[in-house]
Amino acid sequence: MAFCTGCSLLCDDIEVDFEGGKVKRTLNLCRKGRGHYDALTVDRLNPAVGGSGVVVGEAVKAAAEILSAAERPLLFGWGRSSLAAQKLGVDLAKKLGSAIDDPSSYSQGLMTEKILKGEIPTCTFDDVRNFADVSIFWGDDPSSSHPRHMSRFSYFPRGEKRQRGYEEDREAIVVDVRKSPTAMIAADGFFKIQSGGDAAFIEALLATLGGKIPKVEDKKKMLNLGTKLRKAKFGAIFTGQGLVQSRKGDVEAFSSLVAKLNELTRFSVIPSLGDYNTRGFNQTLFEETGFVNSVSFADGVSGGPEFGIAKYLDGCDAVMVVGSDPAAVLPAPLAKKLASIPTVAVDSHRTLTTDAAKVAIPMAVAGLEAGGSALRTDGVKVDFDGVVESDRLPDAEIIEMIMEAV
Amino acid sequence: MISVMEVYQLLPKTNCKKCGLPTCMAFAVELLGKRKAIEDCTPLVEEPKYEKKLAGLRELMAPILSTEATETGMVIHPEKCYGCGNCVVACPVNVANDPKGTAIGRGPVSGKAILMVEDGIVKCVNVDQCRRFGPEKVLCNACIVTCPSKAIEFI
Repeated sequence: MAFCTGCSLLCDDIEVDFEGGKVKRTLNLCRKGRGHYDALTVDRLNPAVGGSGVVVGEAVKAAAEILSAAERPLLFGWGRSSLAAQKLGVDLAKKLGSAIDDPSSYSQGLMTEKILKGEIPTCTFDDVRNFADVSIFWGDDPSSSHPRHMSRFSYFPRGEKRQRGYEEDREAIVVDVRKSPTAMIAADGFFKIQSGGDAAFIEALLATLGGKIPKVEDKKKMLNLGTKLRKAKFGAIFTGQGLVQSRKGDVEAFSSLVAKLNELTRFSVIPSLGDYNTRGFNQTLFEETGFVNSVSFADGVSGGPEFGIAKYLDGCDAVMVVGSDPAAVLPAPLAKKLASIPTVAVDSHRTLTTDAAKVAIPMAVAGLEAGGSALRTDGVKVDFDGVVESDRLPDAEIIEMIMEAV
Repeated sequence: MISVMEVYQLLPKTNCKKCGLPTCMAFAVELLGKRKAIEDCTPLVEEPKYEKKLAGLRELMAPILSTEATETGMVIHPEKCYGCGNCVVACPVNVANDPKGTAIGRGPVSGKAILMVEDGIVKCVNVDQCRRFGPEKVLCNACIVTCPSKAIEFI
């Protein structure tokens, strides 16, 4: 059995055959995962300094020089790093007195923070499979982003108390701005909202749950939803970027909805995070500092949006990006700013960020070439092994080498 | 899914009985069930006035007669499939045959599953176990309605 680190579900029932270093046949791996496996032999990163090929040791030395000379360095990425590498990353940030951040500062960090602080109740996917009778996908389209989400955990499988699965024992509700592939499955359980209309929908739903008539067009549908939620024995809400990226106020409104639902019955929230170990980084940093992202060790421990990549790049004089591609994701002005700062990129594959970086250091692909541990998006620790031989070093070893050299 | 009426409209509608059946409608039913071939309708093949109808019928029947479809008429469009495995887990036969695997959301472990995800795309195996197989078939649609990308259809 092999593991898939293609998304944060960390599927552990994969069967794979290799032939001549390439993937020959896979079983149980979704299309996204298959792409992740096939990429093993495509566009791999080679060690380089200033665009010229070097050996890993020289690249590490150059990286250490850039980081040591900087006054305001930023360590960014970490979503595609093992728990060991993330822990070392936090230690490196402490040693350098630098800022450390990950892509959750502009995606689902707010939700993860509330979960880790205990402000929003959560549960594991196994609880969902065994007990949940209502699954709500809010601004979340797992059919596209986490293909096996619904089949492994949230809707279709049979569980301990849900022996009849999706046919009779489970209800899927989708709240989204468009009829996504997940909404197609939910059929009548789809609630279309306007972009940025989460708070208004929550207000109407809270009114319904409070026994009032909601001020919405389709009152009957909303009242039915209220009844379903009130009667649910155990509900699970899966949040996506649609909810979190709308507005901060919407997350607060969402918290009050979850609190209200928990007065009536039991509802838990699991965010659908992007990279395979985003949850791991958020949790590691939270345990060390009390913040899930955007932390600076320059003067003790301080956290806040000013230490997130979006704001910290102003005045930043060195960036180390590990297993992430901010140059491809950030808005163009920020990406340009990033490209103008001396950057060290540690990644398994060539990306826009590694192309723009001064120093590139290749790492092994976790779960395929290297073993390690990670936290699934619901917080369950998963240990995995490598399945193919590789001369590329695991991420933790690279961070350790940099740590020794700075 | 092709209906009997669509097939019937492209037959001569003369009820000549040359195919051995009493009516063209009966022939349409047999043709759709793959128990008769288009060539069994001799007037349609031989008489030039039915040329257009013959071409239309061949086009209509092409997906049914192609080797892509399984014996139950299942066609999987690989370019649309996400490999999410919803159909694998939702299939009632998979659940009954594979309680420790597909029934609880994992990959098949018993070797008796009908649907499985291979190379990132769903594949149909053990087709004789499908509820739609054989003369006493049940028109089960669990794999169709659970597909987010409409990659599965029955013809």
